Amino acid sequence: MHFGAQLAAIAFALIVLLLVFEMVRRRYLHERYAILWLGAALLLLVLAAWTQLLSTISSAVGISTPSNAFFVIAFAFLLLLLLHFSAVVSRLADETRVLAQRLALLERDQRGWDTEAGADTRPLPIEQDARTGDTARERVRPR
Amino acid sequence: MAASASSLLVVVPAYNEGGSVTKVIDSLHEHAKDFDVIVIDDGSTDNTAAAAAAAGAEVVRLPFNLGIGGAVQTGFLYALDHGYDYMAQVDGDGQHEAAELAALLEVIRADPTLDMVCGSRFLSHESGYLAPISRRTGIHLFAFALSRIVGQPITDPTSGFRLYNRRAITLFARDYPHDYPEVEAVLMLHAHRLRMAEVPVKMHQRGAGQSSITKARSLYYMVKVSLALLVGLLRRHTTVEPADPAPVSASRRL
Repeated sequence: MHFGAQLAAIAFALIVLLLVFEMVRRRYLHERYAILWLGAALLLLVLAAWTQLLSTISSAVGISTPSNAFFVIAFAFLLLLLLHFSAVVSRLADETRVLAQRLALLERDQRGWDTEAGADTRPLPIEQDARTGDTARERVRPR
Repeated sequence: MAASASSLLVVVPAYNEGGSVTKVIDSLHEHAKDFDVIVIDDGSTDNTAAAAAAAGAEVVRLPFNLGIGGAVQTGFLYALDHGYDYMAQVDGDGQHEAAELAALLEVIRADPTLDMVCGSRFLSHESGYLAPISRRTGIHLFAFALSRIVGQPITDPTSGFRLYNRRAITLFARDYPHDYPEVEAVLMLHAHRLRMAEVPVKMHQRGAGQSSITKARSLYYMVKVSLALLVGLLRRHTTVEPADPAPVSASRRL
């Protein structure tokens, strides 16, 4: 790998390391997810700094330029990270669904809409927030 | 919310502990009569909640599994809401002896500067259950590091047998680590100038059910806690102080 490219790769890996660390420190990132990014950054750092390892790997899998091997490995690692995050998003979606269901049931129990005479079953009016343009449903209690 | 008649609460976090939670509660009712008992059912898929309620404990059911940190923090919030002076934490798997809560309570009441008292299995001369050597090594490594950081000997930083006073309850209700929280919690206490002490206790092998720490997760445990300690050291405050930006906020930017 070209010396300039090597330096750039090392610098980039170091920046990622520091950034992840700072994000954990400021509590923008849980340790759980930081560990993956720290692992990725460390892997890139090792590959960038240890040219012998990179050329061994690239010749072993038949890639003529070591820098291409570097990209392949980085890409593979990023794919795995993305897959992991898809799994995490799926879990979050499940958790949100459960929360919404529990909340809806709780609300129904608290308001007793099923027992109150003449429960209002009309669709809830949708009000638009003039400032943000967000729509919010406002609950109207049955009279 | 209304203050409770009793000022002592014991929180039992339980995840699929249907096989042992009844025994734990019975033992608490027998040996720790002054304590109200609340079981935090951390999204169990077995009969943990039903068994706990049948045994006469108050039960809070989390809608899904939050992990030990989230479960115990639910206990802190409950204790704070209901105005308890002291809150104990006892594992739902029967590792801890209810009778030894009295010793913890005695220590924390004798010294009002203490905010947390922690049962340590390594201070006791009686040899109870010993964890496998690999886990003990990990515990001792953290114990060594923590002792240096907080400037007082800590022998069992992973122990979940703890008693907290109002100040510690308030702190941890505000912020408590997500997973494998015990080691980090000691550092948080230190960062907030809260004091803790250890008391020798005996621990048993878990009754039934599965430990949350499998072999595969041990490595994650070590790395996560090490990172948390390292980062915790570099924070000015380990938790969000009043009037700080909200920990969950739409306006956060790096």
